[in-house]
Amino acid sequence: MNVQDVVASLPVAVATGQQALTNPVTGGYASDLLSNVMGQAAAGNIWVTMQGHQNIAAVASLAGLAAIIIAGDVEPAPETLRKADSEGIVLLTTTLPVFEVVGRLYQLGIRGV
Amino acid sequence: MFCTKKGYAVVRERCCAMEDEQTIVLEFTLKGSDFNAAGETSSKIKKVLQQIGVKSDIIRRIAISSYEAEMNVIIHAYQGKVRATIYPDRTELVVEDEGPGIADIGLAMQEGYSTAPDHVREMGFGAGMGLPNMARCSDKFDIQSAVEEGTKITMTIFHNA
Repeated sequence: MNVQDVVASLPVAVATGQQALTNPVTGGYASDLLSNVMGQAAAGNIWVTMQGHQNIAAVASLAGLAAIIIAGDVEPAPETLRKADSEGIVLLTTTLPVFEVVGRLYQLGIRGV
Repeated sequence: MFCTKKGYAVVRERCCAMEDEQTIVLEFTLKGSDFNAAGETSSKIKKVLQQIGVKSDIIRRIAISSYEAEMNVIIHAYQGKVRATIYPDRTELVVEDEGPGIADIGLAMQEGYSTAPDHVREMGFGAGMGLPNMARCSDKFDIQSAVEEGTKITMTIFHNA
């Protein structure tokens, strides 16, 4: 399972990181608390959040996450896009709410840590 | 100042110097409440570690430790300094700030305890996980703090752990 498989199966738009869609997905994590993600998500996890501000790009980069899905029709800030792009982070957006995103990821076989 | 280590071009800005052949020192300054720059110091440290070929799971632990300490300065302090000393076998991080200090370190080390203001919590910071994450990701962890003066955190992560 890689990020491309997720993009192909869920109604998500690729905002940044087109070149990194081959990132393998090792599991999933959902949280809006950044230190919780830092401490609990595993490397290669796909992260579902409602946060759209620029600090999510640093978290994903430093924690070595496969991709971020910004759920609930939250629009990422322009700075977020810029940072995610420069760090090579895959940023996906969707109108689906978090619960629905996680459910669909689970259906694809992606599990929590 | 500039710094290269036998073919590895590393961070040039702010400050970085070589103490000897096998040691890289990176120094950064942090400004309180500068959320725009949040994470940049840790990203730079991470890039240098990648350049010198430290294992990715070790880099991840160093990056998380550094990021949490960096964020603590940005969230709570007026200003601070990060010094990363990269030895062949370990990385030492010293993060020192001028700020309010921590009155009860035992309490601050508890998961979920936070004194972060609401506007910071709305961004998803202030979960009360920063110090516990640092302690968990580092092999050696030390915190010294004086109220109304500041806090100094020293962490060591071994490269072959």
